[in-house]
Amino acid sequence: AGHGSGPVGSGTEDGGPPAPERVLFPPTFSVSEIKNKQRRHFMFLRWKQQQRKEKLAAKKKRKKEREALGDKAPPKAIPKTIENQRVYDETTVDPNDEEVAFDEATDEFAPYFNRQTVPKILITTSDRPRGRTVRFCEQLSTIIPNSHVYYRRGLALKRIIPQCIARDFTDLIVINEDRKIPNGLVLSHLPDGPTAHFRMSSVRLRKEIKRKGKEPTEHVPEVILNNFTTRLGHSVGRMFASLFPHDPQFIGRQVATFHNQRDYIFFRFHRYIFKSEKKVGIQELGPRFTLKLRSLQKGTFDSKFGEYEWIHKRREMDTSRRKFHL
Amino acid sequence: SSQVVWDTLGNRQFCSYKITTKTQNFCRNEYNLTGLCNRSSCPLANSQYATIREEKGRCYLYMKTIERAPFPRRLWERVLLNKNYEKALEEIDENLIYWPRFIRHKCKQRFTKITQYLIRIRKLTLKRQRKLVPLRRKIERRETRREEKALIAAQLDNAIEKELLERLKKETYGDIYNFPIHAFDKALQQQEAESESESEAEKEEEEEEDMDKREFVEAEESDLSDFEDMDKLETSSEEEEEKEEEKEVEKEAFHPKSKGKTPLKGPARRKRPYLEIEYEEEIEPRSKTK
Repeated sequence: AGHGSGPVGSGTEDGGPPAPERVLFPPTFSVSEIKNKQRRHFMFLRWKQQQRKEKLAAKKKRKKEREALGDKAPPKAIPKTIENQRVYDETTVDPNDEEVAFDEATDEFAPYFNRQTVPKILITTSDRPRGRTVRFCEQLSTIIPNSHVYYRRGLALKRIIPQCIARDFTDLIVINEDRKIPNGLVLSHLPDGPTAHFRMSSVRLRKEIKRKGKEPTEHVPEVILNNFTTRLGHSVGRMFASLFPHDPQFIGRQVATFHNQRDYIFFRFHRYIFKSEKKVGIQELGPRFTLKLRSLQKGTFDSKFGEYEWIHKRREMDTSRRKFHL
Repeated sequence: SSQVVWDTLGNRQFCSYKITTKTQNFCRNEYNLTGLCNRSSCPLANSQYATIREEKGRCYLYMKTIERAPFPRRLWERVLLNKNYEKALEEIDENLIYWPRFIRHKCKQRFTKITQYLIRIRKLTLKRQRKLVPLRRKIERRETRREEKALIAAQLDNAIEKELLERLKKETYGDIYNFPIHAFDKALQQQEAESESESEAEKEEEEEEDMDKREFVEAEESDLSDFEDMDKLETSSEEEEEKEEEKEVEKEAFHPKSKGKTPLKGPARRKRPYLEIEYEEEIEPRSKTK
């Protein structure tokens, strides 16, 4: 009794589950007014089918019109994506901007980009790292050439930093751990360089990656930095670039990618092979993770007295879905 | 009357400060000296009682005597103890002189324990303290969802491949890779006015050279190779060969040359099986068409 056409409104329909080809609903009828759930669900599905058919028909019609017009047809509409609709950021770097070029020639990374210094990296963790973090650190150190892993045995960062500077380290990476998984990354360029604090998520170790290749070799990988458009993005990108030695060894055919998309930086490590000059195959080795920038500080790590260049303030910066900062 | 109190509260009836567990009874009263529910440590059931309590890092000795029993407000007398451990112990002794041994002893024990944990607190505050930042569930969920969407929008593999191909085009890799058609196209564009025969000759030469070079280069790569999907590589190169063949009719002109080459490469061929297959493919259709 509940399923048949009851007194509660339904349109002009033949009164049975098999849906007729064209159902006409009276104009003031809405599917949500039916009280019976089963019936309502059924009518909703029917309505959906109809919508889909109409949409398909409209598409076909449009296509026919387009073909009929031939060359005079209006150009295809570009679908809106979040990247298209992104709020224009006034700090976007213009490639020919002189001021930016001048700044970059004189900032803390200039010695690296002038090939005066060779990067030497210290990787460490927060206190008492668990197995996953330890393994992640090891894998990172195989990827980044000239890097060393040291355990933090309750030492204060402020005391480690002068020691590092004394031993000629150029960068310090601290991987913060919470509940047995790494969840934060502090990247500090050492001779008083900027310090960036990231939130790290979806960390996959080598053994969790499907169809991975053999271990990364000792060759210096190439670096790809994608989509770092604003000033902030530029400085972060340069920070990443300064981790790797300047001259990649193409024999190794390894590439480390930092891809920024909507303020999330995806890190991947691949081995590539050119099958022809229009086709390249890539195979993922190495760990992968995503980073989200939380703060950028001018000097080395100092949470209390540091001068922050940029902090992610949720209330101010997360208001618009189309506004990104990197 | 303390005996009456104990009989009632301690053993038989309900005491709100008492917590029972399987093996022990505890007393939640803040003036309790030992923390257990005993006849001798119940502050309600003893008319003469003393405790040590600490407030904001300073220790006080609290005493209760039978004379003040009817005045609850004045019941507990408080004495501030010296910061010095030994002097404080002497003060305790001095104040609790003529008191039962049990209470004196337990007071000193409690005082010792309290000072020890105060020292520990002071030490810990000097070290680095972990700041616990609470996660907000809604925000975490939002962030993970946005990350997933960003990942899909990023199309990482395509982006990386595009970038690598662009770098190849810009010749950042120098002479490592030699792709004939690319170079050939360039040459054609530059020398469009030249006669066809010349371009053919060039092509042939280039093809020959590149056949050689291609072998050489790919041999290197196969030595280095860590590709588990070698068959994919094979099939793709095979397909390429076939496609190239179909497109360019002029290639047939030098097929006899390639045919002639293969016997030379006999022993070398066997070392690199996939190369073998390449050449076989080229030859077979040729023989069929013949």
